[in-house]
Amino acid sequence: MTDLAIELRGVSKRYRHFTLDNVHLKLPRGQIMGLIGANGAGKSTTIRILMGLVHQDSGEARVLGHSMPAEQVDAKWDIGFASEDMRLYDSMTLAWHINFIASIYPNWDASYAQLLLKRFGVPPDQKIKGLSHGQRVKAALLLVLARKPKLLVLDEPTTGLDPVARHEILRELTNVMADEDRSILFSSHNTQDVEQISDQITFIDRGRIIDSMDKEAYLDRWRRLRLEVPSGIELPPLPGIIGIQQRGRLAVATSNAFVPGLANAYENSGARVQRIENMTLEEIFVANVERSREEVEA
Amino acid sequence: MNGALTLSQSDKRPIYLQIMEQIKQRIAVGDWAQGQPIPSIRQLAVDLEVSVITVKRAYYELEREGVIVTQHGKGSQVASTPGLGARLRDQELQQHLEQAARIAAQLGMLPEQLEDRLREVGDRLADKEKEKENELV
Repeated sequence: MTDLAIELRGVSKRYRHFTLDNVHLKLPRGQIMGLIGANGAGKSTTIRILMGLVHQDSGEARVLGHSMPAEQVDAKWDIGFASEDMRLYDSMTLAWHINFIASIYPNWDASYAQLLLKRFGVPPDQKIKGLSHGQRVKAALLLVLARKPKLLVLDEPTTGLDPVARHEILRELTNVMADEDRSILFSSHNTQDVEQISDQITFIDRGRIIDSMDKEAYLDRWRRLRLEVPSGIELPPLPGIIGIQQRGRLAVATSNAFVPGLANAYENSGARVQRIENMTLEEIFVANVERSREEVEA
Repeated sequence: MNGALTLSQSDKRPIYLQIMEQIKQRIAVGDWAQGQPIPSIRQLAVDLEVSVITVKRAYYELEREGVIVTQHGKGSQVASTPGLGARLRDQELQQHLEQAARIAAQLGMLPEQLEDRLREVGDRLADKEKEKENELV
């Protein structure tokens, strides 16, 4: 058995107006990866290739050791996939769906399903068409969670949910991680969700992976330096600084490769470092996408 | 016992620092005794609803600071260093003092002036305590 839950190597897919370009991705077993990107960045295409729903033009995709799309039938027993456009049967109840899925998957955990019904507060005997958006999302997640799959692939699991429902979903996802052998890949444009629960972060923009790495190491590289610049002093260009905004005597420098030496270098140039701040994933996301677009245009 | 840790979303510091600080506080006030086993990394991650890698980072840093020890296969526990709680409290005080000294320097304050201000603050707090006592009487 391989110790990677997901591996993409040089995967490309060309559409008329969009190209997924040479994607490399690795998710170790027992970890959660958050896939972040703006709308249309390529998150769903990546997920669809992993699920064998879209066939890549070139490159290799392996999921739980199975080559996709060739071995998708074998792979799918161990993968739980949920996305917004996956429809339940409108005229049937959740209880009907539960019986149906339980009859197909031998790993179905009936007592966990009951527990989730209670926690999620979804009425099992009401027809799906009578449920709210949040209840439908939770119903679909319940159906994959109670199968106890080795890999969960979730496309925007928290989009459009109220804060309580969002919290319930995040709690169940972190619960899954109590088992070292299970892994999760989820896409989101809610950077707060990704920052909170991911072990690995992957940024995708315009069909290209901008960054993919360990979340702690990643957050640690980014800093905002607040500087006081006396008149007559000019800030030197420094490696690892991707942008400087200056108004009057105050300046803010953003670094994506922070080392303490950067602060010393500014001090030596005659500026004073007032504060060095960590950045949230949201702030990094925006800075990163803007920079990558500037590079593309340059 | 893990219920003792609560993370704050409005706290702008990284989550691993919040976890480190809260564990240190638990030890400083004596809730977590020396040598006491603490939750496994995965268990604490599940309880706090944060990623395993974040708790791992917090434990790693705490271990480097000598606050906890991790034995392979046995999990982690509070270090059995004598006086650990007192040391952690002293560290916290030291950090606040350094912060105050830094701001004072930025304001161009002399050390004696900072000393006076600190004494004033101490006196005012003592007065407030006395008032409270009188109210109770």
